[in-house]
Amino acid sequence: MSISVIVPGALTRYTRGIGTLVVDAPCATVAEALAAIATRLPALTDRVLTEQGELRRHVNVFVGDESIRFMDGLATTVSDGATITIVPAVSGG
Amino acid sequence: MPTTAANSRPAAGDVLVLVGTTKGAFIASSDASRRTWKLDGPHFPGESVYSVALDQRAGRTRTLVGAHSNHWGSTIRLSDDFGRSWTGPERQAVRFPESSGMSLTQVWQITPGRPDEPDVVYCGVEPAALFQSRDAGESWAPVDALLTHEHRARWMPGGGGLCLHTIILDSNNRDRMGIAISTAGFYRTDDGGRTWRPRNAGVRAVYLPNQYPEFGQCVHKVVNHPSRPERLFLQNHWGLYRSDDWGESWQDIANGVPSDFGFAMQMHPHDPDTVYIVPIKSDEFRVVPEQKLRVYRTRDAGQSWEPLTHGLPQQQSFESVLRDGLTADSHDPAGIYFGTRSGKLFASADAGANWTTIADALPPVCCVKAVVVGAA
Repeated sequence: MSISVIVPGALTRYTRGIGTLVVDAPCATVAEALAAIATRLPALTDRVLTEQGELRRHVNVFVGDESIRFMDGLATTVSDGATITIVPAVSGG
Repeated sequence: MPTTAANSRPAAGDVLVLVGTTKGAFIASSDASRRTWKLDGPHFPGESVYSVALDQRAGRTRTLVGAHSNHWGSTIRLSDDFGRSWTGPERQAVRFPESSGMSLTQVWQITPGRPDEPDVVYCGVEPAALFQSRDAGESWAPVDALLTHEHRARWMPGGGGLCLHTIILDSNNRDRMGIAISTAGFYRTDDGGRTWRPRNAGVRAVYLPNQYPEFGQCVHKVVNHPSRPERLFLQNHWGLYRSDDWGESWQDIANGVPSDFGFAMQMHPHDPDTVYIVPIKSDEFRVVPEQKLRVYRTRDAGQSWEPLTHGLPQQQSFESVLRDGLTADSHDPAGIYFGTRSGKLFASADAGANWTTIADALPPVCCVKAVVVGAA
């Protein structure tokens, strides 16, 4: 199994500069893919998820072209070859 | 007026004014004369900074900054070289336990512990909780008795959220300290944090049917002086108060101020009878009264207040100063500083008699802390 996770530039400081991570571990959902990343890059997932494991309010995650907010959230399923994209939301001040 | 980004190592006796804004942190520096200033920053551009501190205990020169990214959350960043480089754990060190069901929103206050506990640092956060570090800010743990306090379900968020924004210590008693939460009021522990009881008798809550509840006051700031720690001064959401018994009772001291609404409050560094505030017109119109930017000072523990205006705009001023926007250095005469929501940073090198502008176009100022380099 291989899932790609595209990391925004602002977070590559926590990935040793890598913009696209590859998850080889078996995972059925976005949450499981992020958990697999957390085992080696916990500082990255700290920025994406709260202490309670919830997606931060101003972070969007896509599977393919669809936001998981309009699917099943972190329980959205992923299949072999999927691409997960982490994107800062359009917000600020 | 400032020059920008000269970041040489300061010398003993220099003054640093750490400024947190909605778009990053800045460091203004001057020698002891405090006549000219250099401005360095922004650090953490784009992140809001509601808490800053400089810890000079045990030979340290550690700057601590609570920085909040709207996207990526909040973390406490550390610098041991006055902001030339920043470290801090990659993991977010201030973390609520899973069992609490809460997640960190913002770090509102960072307070180094007492001189005789040089590795202890406290921070107050939103949602309202107190964290303690025993390794000078590297790692943090929540104070459980506040996290699970029986009143928690009845604490209500104020306009800034449910935040623990004020931490004061008893310099004579390591088991006693106080905290303030908006909107829950002032709480005190006498047993090193194992139990916390509200101490709000006499403090009004104008927005409740019972205006004198046991807790639920919207306390904006509390200060005390290490030479007289039992005497507290409190700026409330409407109301100025003093307690002479560590909060057991409070007396109204709004004697001669144009408004007793306000946020900022600062103790004089050497005189336990002298306190500074910046009155605000009202909760519905949060600007200085009468379009005049005035710091008010009492030198008799609140029996009377005098406006300090020389060098501050006295017409068409619609400024406001947030709860941590007013600070003092420890020189004699004391330097007093404040930053406004319109991004102006003012300084007085003579305890408030005369004011100059350090910067006039910063992002909105959230917090200001002044320190003398080398003064623990």
